[in-house]
Amino acid sequence: MPNDFSLRIRNAEALPIARIPVLSCDDFRQTIIESVNSGGRISAYFGMRFAEDHVRIIAVVAFEDKGDLSVFSMVVDRGYPAITPDCAQAHWFERELAEQWGIEPVGHPWLKPVRFQAPYRGNAIASVCGVTNFFRINGDEIHEVAVGPVHASVIEPGHFRFQCFGEEVHHLEISLGYQHRGIERALVGGPNKRTIHYMETLAGDTTIGHAFAYCQALEALSRCNVPPRGLVLRGIALELERLANHIGDLGALAGDVGFLPTASYCGRIRGDVLNFTALLCGNRFGRGIVRPGGAAVDLDGDMVDVLLKGLSAAIPDTSSAVNLLWDTPSVTARFEDTGVVPFEVCEDLGLVGVAARACGVDRDVRKDLPFGIYRFVHIPTATWDTGDVFGRAHVRDVEIQRSFAFVREQLETLPKGEVHVDPAPLMPEHLAVSLVEGWRGEICHVALTDDRGRFASYKVVDPSFHNWFGLAYALRGQQISDFPLCNKSFNLSYCGHDL
Amino acid sequence: MISIIHILFAVLLAPLALGVINRTKAIFAGRRGQPLLQLYWDLFKLLRKGAVYSRTTTWVFSAGPLVSLAAVLTSLLVVPFGGVRALLAFPGDLLLLAYLLGLMRFFTVIAALDTGSSFEGMGASREVTFSALAEPALLLGLAAMGRRAGSLSLSGMYSGMMPSDLVHHGGPVLILVAAAFLVVFLAENARIPIDDPDTHLELTMIHEVMALDHGGPDFAFIQYAAALKMWVLGALLIGILVPMHTGLPPLDVVAALIGMFLLAAATGVIESTMARLRILRVPQLLVAASVLSMLALVLVLD
Repeated sequence: MPNDFSLRIRNAEALPIARIPVLSCDDFRQTIIESVNSGGRISAYFGMRFAEDHVRIIAVVAFEDKGDLSVFSMVVDRGYPAITPDCAQAHWFERELAEQWGIEPVGHPWLKPVRFQAPYRGNAIASVCGVTNFFRINGDEIHEVAVGPVHASVIEPGHFRFQCFGEEVHHLEISLGYQHRGIERALVGGPNKRTIHYMETLAGDTTIGHAFAYCQALEALSRCNVPPRGLVLRGIALELERLANHIGDLGALAGDVGFLPTASYCGRIRGDVLNFTALLCGNRFGRGIVRPGGAAVDLDGDMVDVLLKGLSAAIPDTSSAVNLLWDTPSVTARFEDTGVVPFEVCEDLGLVGVAARACGVDRDVRKDLPFGIYRFVHIPTATWDTGDVFGRAHVRDVEIQRSFAFVREQLETLPKGEVHVDPAPLMPEHLAVSLVEGWRGEICHVALTDDRGRFASYKVVDPSFHNWFGLAYALRGQQISDFPLCNKSFNLSYCGHDL
Repeated sequence: MISIIHILFAVLLAPLALGVINRTKAIFAGRRGQPLLQLYWDLFKLLRKGAVYSRTTTWVFSAGPLVSLAAVLTSLLVVPFGGVRALLAFPGDLLLLAYLLGLMRFFTVIAALDTGSSFEGMGASREVTFSALAEPALLLGLAAMGRRAGSLSLSGMYSGMMPSDLVHHGGPVLILVAAAFLVVFLAENARIPIDDPDTHLELTMIHEVMALDHGGPDFAFIQYAAALKMWVLGALLIGILVPMHTGLPPLDVVAALIGMFLLAAATGVIESTMARLRILRVPQLLVAASVLSMLALVLVLD
């Protein structure tokens, strides 16, 4: 039985590292495959240094139905039989592991770097980003289209290789890594003064989400209880981030099909929501709100009034701008049946966030593994079952309405008291897994401390890490001219993936 | 004399029509929008710049914009404006018009292919596919007009039309042709719902992507030629929808000018109220336009 082998913990709970089971390779493989088959999903899968020249691979599997996580590990030297052939979710993780630690998952079907970074052990140098063999289709009428890494607009760099037959895409391969900055490496030995800033700039559009996950991990490791007012403020900040990004995304989706009114209105309303965040902390992207131990800012009565007034203008504006989309047949004609990801594929690939919920998967960390204020206040999960661009747009629309309602309700019933307590030093030799539902989806941070209470290893899994392959899949059999629309409907992060 | 004046109007005012479209779109989007004369400033700016040529391109690449501009300028000579006859009118000049526009397209396409870029190749293939479908709509529509007026010259078929023609005898024919020409107008000028002139997404572009590698004066020529082409195709549509023959040619020209800017505003409204079609659906729209033209032709063959 897999459960006998693994350690079950809750979201944002710290446990001694000594309690993480170290399994034999066979047991490890069996445990992870059976866990995924019985409703689990790989949240994190990474290596850390273990004695001389060995690597300990730690797997974190989330069980949404049970509301807990299972953690187990194995120690390897140079290689092990790959898990990917039996469990597609491990695909990207094993590529990352091979690249970072020089461990070969033997039998991996498509083993190549995900970031082209220098390995953590040995003295091999980084390979040149993007220089690799891409999947090719041969044939006289097949043509290859390469897009990026430098794009026509001000967006992040990434390389896309399409194998096309006329206008139809048979295969898309996405090559990333251009934004790799070595954040995980820089975090080892922390936390220090810089750490929170690494977190807030890890993915600029998810400033609050990643800072939230980091602080939650730190608070678990120091057994610190955030006061209720701090929890509520963080929740408000996280939902404001979700609102700004979802509204911006719906506007951008409208822009990509050339539907101007919604594109312009949503662009403006997104700015309004960013300004609400700025009112909280002085920064439109929410830097400086979330700090270990609570929130670094507080709201006074006047600010609450200004926010409530702003919300009562933004809520009807948003719904009228978004409803224009659904009332325009030429827009829904473009959204429907474009970039479909079937339910089964979504489960196989382990997609998270909006992309998963649009496939009919009821997956939301706020509900499944509740954290922070969401343990007390529940936001209903929005799902749709088509898995296409329309589904992803529609889920965003519903989430916008629910987040607006949440923020308004919380502002009206803001608890009194402190917003912050000083966290104690971290417990040595402990592990904490912190999951947060960012606007893109599940953000997973795993922190492990050494004997002095410093980070021995810190793993960040951005939702984009799970979802990039979903985008590649969504393009199969689609028109190449629909790629920008599909891409926007996922709206994944490059820097969050590249770290 | 008045025929030359209308060519002058076209040469001077064509970029302004694009400004009107952009202003209409801005108003719909709740923005202030760019200046009406922005395209003029852009053209002057581009003309002052140098051009950059890739080493993989040949003379074809630099000839493309020049030939396009020359072709569309020539086509102005045969197109009547409102009730005013064109400078050149001879039986069969409608074919000259169609082939001048074809020449323009041909050179744009081979200049795009000359770059060897996969984006431009995709744009070229889309442009050729769609214009091959738009051409029958234009030619069949002109044939219906010619049969109706008993003339094979553009000036002949557009002369003597009155606004009452749209409702009385022959009205259905004119309305069918006008509908077909509107689709051709939108398709050939890369407007929504066929193409999106404002997009930055190379993979979705049809016309814009073929101009990606052109810069400086070459790009100015392309933009100016595009504005003139819109004027030419607009004139064919205006001639049907705003047929003024007051006997005072200057008054007719003014009426046609107002019609042209109303058409630009209408284009802005179309672009603001609907999304682009999926590229797979574009041929269906163009074939539908050809069917409308064909129906008009059947109606006049009695």
